Amino acid sequence: MTDTSEKASTKVTPAGGGSGGGALAALTRSRGLRHLALVLAAYVGIVLLLQLFGDFRDTQLATMAYFVPAAAGLTLLTGVNGQISLGHGALMAVGAYTTAAILDRADLTPFILVVLASVAAAAVVGLLVGVAAARLHGPYLAGATLALAVGLPGIAIYFGDLFGGEQGLRVRPPDPPAWFEDLAGGDLGRTYPALLGWALALSVLWFLSNLVTSRYGRQWRAVRDDEVAASLCGIDLGRARVLAFVVSAACAGVGGALLAVTSRLVAPTSVTLVLSLYLLTAIVLGGLGSLLGAVLGSAILAFLPTVLTNRALDSGLDSAAAANLAPMVFGLVLVVVMLAAPRGIVGTTRIALLSRKLKKQRAAALASRT
Amino acid sequence: MPDAPPGARFEVEGVTVRFGGLVALDGVSLHVEPGEVLGVIGPNGAGKTTLFNVVCGFLTPSEGRLSWRGERLTGLKPHKLAGLGIARTLQGVGLFEGMTVLDNVMAGAGTRPRAGFASALFGLPRADAEEAQLRARALAALDRLNAADYAGRYPGSLPYPVQKRVALARALVSEPGLLMLDEPAAGLSNDEMDELGDLIRELSGTMGVMLVEHHMDLVMRVCDRITVLDFGKVIATGTPEQVRSDPAVLAAYLGDEVEAPAAASGSTGRVSTRKDG
Repeated sequence: MTDTSEKASTKVTPAGGGSGGGALAALTRSRGLRHLALVLAAYVGIVLLLQLFGDFRDTQLATMAYFVPAAAGLTLLTGVNGQISLGHGALMAVGAYTTAAILDRADLTPFILVVLASVAAAAVVGLLVGVAAARLHGPYLAGATLALAVGLPGIAIYFGDLFGGEQGLRVRPPDPPAWFEDLAGGDLGRTYPALLGWALALSVLWFLSNLVTSRYGRQWRAVRDDEVAASLCGIDLGRARVLAFVVSAACAGVGGALLAVTSRLVAPTSVTLVLSLYLLTAIVLGGLGSLLGAVLGSAILAFLPTVLTNRALDSGLDSAAAANLAPMVFGLVLVVVMLAAPRGIVGTTRIALLSRKLKKQRAAALASRT
Repeated sequence: MPDAPPGARFEVEGVTVRFGGLVALDGVSLHVEPGEVLGVIGPNGAGKTTLFNVVCGFLTPSEGRLSWRGERLTGLKPHKLAGLGIARTLQGVGLFEGMTVLDNVMAGAGTRPRAGFASALFGLPRADAEEAQLRARALAALDRLNAADYAGRYPGSLPYPVQKRVALARALVSEPGLLMLDEPAAGLSNDEMDELGDLIRELSGTMGVMLVEHHMDLVMRVCDRITVLDFGKVIATGTPEQVRSDPAVLAAYLGDEVEAPAAASGSTGRVSTRKDG
């Protein structure tokens, strides 16, 4: 299984492509490369989408890009590791404020350094919360993280000098680097925020898909399913839980950084409890524990509100009522999904496919017997 | 037992556990020699499960000591057990319901990982290689228990006896020096119990086994020695034959000291037990 050719061939980046059988073999054998290929294909898809659609979709795709890392991180925590968090909006806020505060004071380039700082800040907060969370279960954990979601924006108001108080901080989005301008020309320039956002979102998905299919993912699931059996398998429950929380918080940090540059403003009102609940809604709708589910859920979060609001305005509702339609519909949809298909989009589809396959196998077995 | 590693001896000395005023275990001492099958029996409430929980670090004893491979075990935590080469199966099955059978067993195999977090995060070949190794070991363990066909299935969809075999494979995959079995025969048919008995005898070639079980047929057949607990105390230790005819044991099981001598004297040698009572 572990021949030396594997080591050699995996050094070839898949972008280099066509070197024939060796690269292809490495691609099918290495999890990391397989995931990378998927992620790159998705990125090409996003670029094409941005080319095809108008300005309006740019904003929505950029919005989706900041939901994706946060939702993916949350589905890892809640779906894979079994810890609920009602406070992921607050962890996004940590990332968003870090990004805003840095961009406000320093002209730090490249932007990736700002993102890394936001990730680090969110991870530190995640570590603190995670250590506390590892001792809490079910409703108590929900309560503690809820307190985080409610309380953290208050800190931004209290330290108004640093974080802009109620008004929040304006964020000057990073300028596209020179090479991007050269490459893309004027037309693609407008899509820079969305392209940047998706590059980061897909990087997060790549990291997470590697992790959940690794030993760590297996340990997180084991801890979720049976604590006693997991510890007898040599898994330190506390460590596994804290690690999941830190990873999840770091992802929320990426989401927060993107939220800051996409909405160009970070204020206590942009990171309310509703954001945390939206994230939870997204992963439940998509299918708990599935990264693809988190992406689908994020798409719903990003695209459904505008559709709904426009419909409502067309049918003569005043704008305040129209704006409140989306949260209401999310709530209703969540209730219906919990009742009718608690496994969400991905889980329900997977089960339908599996049972179809099983039926076919049974039919084949019966046919061969007679 | 020439193959057994020297000094792989598990010893419990004078362990006492008190819950408030209740004494659950009272100065219990026992030991498992390398390559030996030790049965721990006793009526319900005798303290067998408490003893297992002490040995696994779920409970800290009020007094007494545990030692393994000649070293004293202090501050034992359940998750450290696997690394020490001690594996345990749980009453019931205790499988991870949301994971495939293969993943269940792989979870039991990864006690000494070499590839770190970064390898997993970046999906490096190191992590892949280790996963491939774990998978091979897990499949071998499943194969040994005739459960390899179920590798891709989820535990909830399998019959109970198969689930028990998977749980046993998960304990065996770490190649432990001591295997603790907590009622492994519960819910098994007679044939399956015979198979289990053969397996336990086979395992004792490479590891010590500590067996808590209610089915006396199985215990009498596979154990080299038996320790009998009653009300938290060791009331007898010896070979199956010795224990079988021990008056104190009969008294504990029949619950009536007057009848005990009669049962012992006129017996064909079988101690019958009931789980109720």
